[in-house]
Order: sequence, then structure tokens, then C-alpha cells
Amino acid sequence: MTSDFQLSCPIALRNYPHVTLAHGGGGRLMHELIEKMFLGALGGAQTQRHDGAVLVPPTGARLAFTTDSYVVSPLFFPGGDIGELAIYGTVNDLAMCGARAAWLSLGLILEEGLPMDTLWRIVQSLARAAQRTGVVIVTGDTKVVDRGRGDGIYINTAGIGVVEHDLDIGPGAIHDGDAIVIDGDVGRHGIAIMAQREGLALETALESDCAPLWNRVAPLLEHGIEVHCLRDLTRGGLASALNEIVMAASGRSIIVDETAIPVLPQVEAVCEVLGLDPLYVACEGRFIAFVPGAQAASALELLRGAGAPQPAIIGFVQRAERNEVILRSRLGTNRILDMLSGEQLPRIC
Amino acid sequence: MKYVEEYRDARLVRRFAQQLRRLVTRPWTIMEICGGQTHSIVRFGIDELVPPLVTLVHGPGCPVCVTPLELIDKAIAIASRPGVTLCSFGDMLRVPGSRGDLFSVKAWGGDVRIVYSPLDALALARAHPEKEVVFFAVGFETTAPANAMAVYQAKRDAIRNFSMLVSHVLVPPAMRAILGSPTNRVQGFLAAGHVCTVMGFEEYEPIAAQYKVPIVVTGFEPADILEGLCRCVAQLEQGRAEVENQYVRAVVRQGNVHARRLMAEVFRVVDRKWRGIGLIPASGLALAADYEDFDAERRFELTETSVEESPECISGLILQGLKKPPECPAFASRCTPEHPLGATMVSSEGACAAYYRYRRQVSTPTCTGGQP
Repeated sequence: MTSDFQLSCPIALRNYPHVTLAHGGGGRLMHELIEKMFLGALGGAQTQRHDGAVLVPPTGARLAFTTDSYVVSPLFFPGGDIGELAIYGTVNDLAMCGARAAWLSLGLILEEGLPMDTLWRIVQSLARAAQRTGVVIVTGDTKVVDRGRGDGIYINTAGIGVVEHDLDIGPGAIHDGDAIVIDGDVGRHGIAIMAQREGLALETALESDCAPLWNRVAPLLEHGIEVHCLRDLTRGGLASALNEIVMAASGRSIIVDETAIPVLPQVEAVCEVLGLDPLYVACEGRFIAFVPGAQAASALELLRGAGAPQPAIIGFVQRAERNEVILRSRLGTNRILDMLSGEQLPRIC
Repeated sequence: MKYVEEYRDARLVRRFAQQLRRLVTRPWTIMEICGGQTHSIVRFGIDELVPPLVTLVHGPGCPVCVTPLELIDKAIAIASRPGVTLCSFGDMLRVPGSRGDLFSVKAWGGDVRIVYSPLDALALARAHPEKEVVFFAVGFETTAPANAMAVYQAKRDAIRNFSMLVSHVLVPPAMRAILGSPTNRVQGFLAAGHVCTVMGFEEYEPIAAQYKVPIVVTGFEPADILEGLCRCVAQLEQGRAEVENQYVRAVVRQGNVHARRLMAEVFRVVDRKWRGIGLIPASGLALAADYEDFDAERRFELTETSVEESPECISGLILQGLKKPPECPAFASRCTPEHPLGATMVSSEGACAAYYRYRRQVSTPTCTGGQP
């Protein structure tokens, strides 16, 4: 990787092996960084240099707009890195609005001393992820902060997506009898990161589920599935996503079947040892869709066709007095599946 | 998942539940000692499968819950000092002391770290000789051997910048305290499987004989707990009071001999104050004389303080099985995980936290009163 990079990194490493404050100072060094590294790798389609991008949306189209900041440690982890997260995360948030991501902004906050080759690897990763999702980075910003004031790099992306259908997708649109369909196993990203960060030695390699979701969402919309709500399962995992949705849907409860929720055995085992519940562990490439019960089987088929790792119907919506998520346990008993108070913490014994 | 899935098998669990219904003819009150068992019971809804004649009450086996307020304050005082790294199991960080918790020390710039093993803290001390590394050693007999090993290695390798704030507690004295109380209602026990993995169960035999209570060493999965209950109720119905081992896949009568030997080397038995319950004689462990140099309380010369609990918190009654969380007027209203009055609402093994998390809204036949 290093030798490959040295051939291709556009900044002369000999002179600047690390990011310095001058790279954010507005002078020649900053311009060199932007021109040679960022524009070269990311901004090919953008020809005119300006204070902002002027965009032309399709006539009459509804637009979706979202933003997210990425502060992950470690920057590179099994199955992904901060660059991929920063593109996929925002593209996925747009996908959850039923929107195809079109344009992205990219804000980088670099810590003085960040190795230039690390930055280059991240920029390459950003470029690959943007290309894979078909999104164009149209504007950006770079700042450098003093050493010790950042974790190497923070990234913010904001995205605009185009809504190409007439559905109103959101928690308010869920109906009684909706089926809840998930595209794959839960908790893999959080456990992969935790294992890497804490140096947990696992017998089997575990990779993050970090992935773009639009290619799984689009077939549902194109094939006439009447999608009522979409939600990606990021921080707080499946349980928090279900709770957020049910709180915004009046007079309805969600029933989920514990045995139907896919969890990898390795993830379950790590969770069991540390006293964590996989239903609260973060994913970065998983989502749930609320669709009419009658269309659940077709939705499952379409997800399978789109390469979703392990699609499953995990529950349904019913009319109820209380807005709550109820988990039907494997023993046939019911309990609430609550939102967590804070972060999950490993227990004592 | 292997070694877990088979003990969560719905058919097996239902078979034990049926067996329990056939066995029971009179009302019995049984306490599960360990907070891990309490959480299993509430999380899997095991109490819904238990016949109404059997009342389950939740025991004191939650290390975070019984760690006295004063000790949490000491941990906070140590962690607030410059040059100190305080290491703890994650569970402990959210527990309120008399002024704030360890998380707030971290937010104010203290070096507080979550570790998964005391040996990780020792490794940190080796790597950073310029720092004083302190491990907050709480827990029952389950965590004591690993903590003993860390101190043993620190002494052997002369790691002078490592010390331990010890608040270990022991199960058998707490059982005696509960059984000896005039208000006691516990007629049988499910003993904590993992404590017995270390200690074995010889020490429970005199308790069963003296107080005439059956004690069944029990695991943590649904099938374990129901089988433990079956065995306990069978003894009660037959008028027997013996120690039985349900958790044979992990527990033998003499326990883990090596672990016990190490514990005996590093620790000595002392009187210990239990949060919410009070002082129980000979109920805790402190570092033995040969290892006193590694005692953080001595190293940092902390003064003894006495602090008051919230007068509204009934965690003492809950830890002794005299009340259930929903019977507390403050439950889920003035006491929540975000604003806890006591530690039982915070710990992942605390009974109040279990009811808050799994039962707050779904009404169940076993909880009465006090629910919002």
C-alpha cells in the first residue's frame, strides 16, 4: 500500500510528510493541497472554481437535503474507513428519504501532524465511494487544527438528493399491518470497530457492514413497492431506529420477532461475552423498510435480487394505545424493546 | 450460538415450566442471587412462565449496586488528581456518587478509561511508568481472581505505579444477613452460577443446613433458571434443604482451586459496608498485608467520609428482596436511568434498571402498583 501510494500521492512527501498548519492557512501550500490532491482525486467533473456550486435540479423535482459528521476511531477498520463512511453515510441518509444522491459537499478538519499518506488514502477512499454511488462532490472546505485538537481527521458531508417518485416516505406514513423488512444481519459494524479499537482478539475475522444502500432501496421504489418508511440502522442500532419511528407514529405499536432478526454468530458471541445487546449495536450498511404486509414477500425478493446480505421480515405494525416497540422473545413472551439511556457499556461479570 | 442457543430453546424451557407447574402445590418465595439472573428473568419473560404460587424476588448480586457511595466518591477523588489514570469496568462509570459520576470526571479532563480486564490496567501501568494507574476493583467472587492476579503480577514484577481501589464483596455473608433478618421472606435460593464457578459450593452447605433453605447453584440462561427453580421447588415441597448443582457445565463442588488459592494469597476477609444494606461482618475482601503497598486508599491517603443516600431510594429493600422496583413510588418517575436516585437504576445488573428497560409499559402479572 505504501509503495503504491508513494507513486501516486500528488504531494511531494519529501517536503511535507505530515499535514501542517500551513495546509489550512489559505496560502500556496493550501492551494497545492486542494489543487493537486483534492481536485485531482475528487473534483474531476467540477471545472469552474468558485465560492460555491451552482446546481440545476430536474424541473419540478423534490429534493432531499441532509448532513452528517464523521469522527470515527480508528480511521481504518476491517471492512471500511472514515472516507467510505463519510460518503455512504450521507448517501444512505438521502436514500432513506427515497432520494437518489446527486451532489455532496465535503468538509475536512485535519489535525496538524496527520501523515500525508493517511490523508491520501482517505481521499482515494472518498473518491472510490463517490464513484461507486454516482454522487458528485461539488464543493468543499479544509481546515487544519493544532496538534492534539482533533483525532487526525474529522469529515463532514452534506448531500442533496433527487426524489423521483410520489411517495411520502417517513414515520408518519406507517400503517397498521405494515411489515418491517430488514436487509441483513445487525451489529456487525459496531462490534468490528470495538474489536479493533479495544484490541479484542477474535478467532474469526469480523468486517464492518459499511455499504451504500441506494442500490437496495431503488429496486423497491422502481417495482412499485408502496414504501411507507425507511430507516438506516446507525448509532443505537435496530432498537433505537424502531423506537424513533414508533414515537413519531401516533396510536401504533411495533411488534418484532426476536428469532427473525438476523445476527451473525460471531457478533452474538462478542455481545454475549461483553454483556451487550446486538439490537443496540451500530450498523453502517443496514436499513429497515416499512411496506404493506401484502407486498412484504415481493420486497424480500427484490432485496435479495439487489444483493442484500440477509433480507428478512422481522415484524409488523399494529394499532395500539401506546406507542411502543414490543419484542416477542424466542420463548414466546413479550417485553418492551426500549431506547437506551446512553451508550451500552460492557458489564462487570 | 453454541453453548447458549441450546439453553434458550423454547421447547426445553416450556418443558421445565410445565414441570414447575406440576411440582408446586403451595406458595413459595425464591430469591435469585445474581443480577445477571435477574436480567435474564426479566429480559426473557421467565417470570411470566412461572406459576403464580412461585414468587421470584431479586437478590443483592449486583456489584455496582452494592458498592458504597463513599467508595465511588473515593474513585472520583482519585480520578480527579493530575497524573492518575483510573481504569474501571464500563458499568461503574455511570453510577452516581454523592457529587457526580466517573463520566463527569472524564468530561472535566480526568483520565478515566474503560478496560475489559484488570490485566489491561496493569499493562497500561507498565507502558506508562510516569502515570499512577489505579484499577477500581469491584465485584463478587467472580471478578476477584483476575483482580488478585493483577496485583500478584504487579508485586512480582515490581510495577510501582499500579494500585487498586478494592471493594470486593462475598455472597455467603449477604445470604446470612438476608436469612437472619426478622423481615426475611426468602424460602429458597438460586445461587449465582459464576460465583460458584470460582468458589464451588461447599460454603453454602452450612447455610442450607442452619437456615433450612434449599440452595440450587444455577446458570443464567432461561433453561438453567427454570431448571433451578424446579429443583428448588421440589426440595421445598418435599421439605428438604440441600445444596444442589444445576450448573454442572461450569461448576464443581470445590470450585476453581487455583483461583481460590490466589485469592487467599492476595486478599483478606474484612467487614464491608453494602450500599443500601449497611455493614455486614466479614463480607468483603481487601488486600492482604503483603500486598498493602498496592492499595490505592493507602497510596492516595484518602480520608474517610460519610455521605447520605437519597432518602427516597429504596434500593436496600430491593437488594434484600423485600420490595420490587415497581413498588417504589419514584420508579420511572423521579428515578430513571438518566436521573438515578440509586445504583440499582444504573447498573446493567440492577433490578430497577431491568424493570425500567424491559417492563416499564408492558403490564405483567408479577408487578403490581406504582407503574406509570
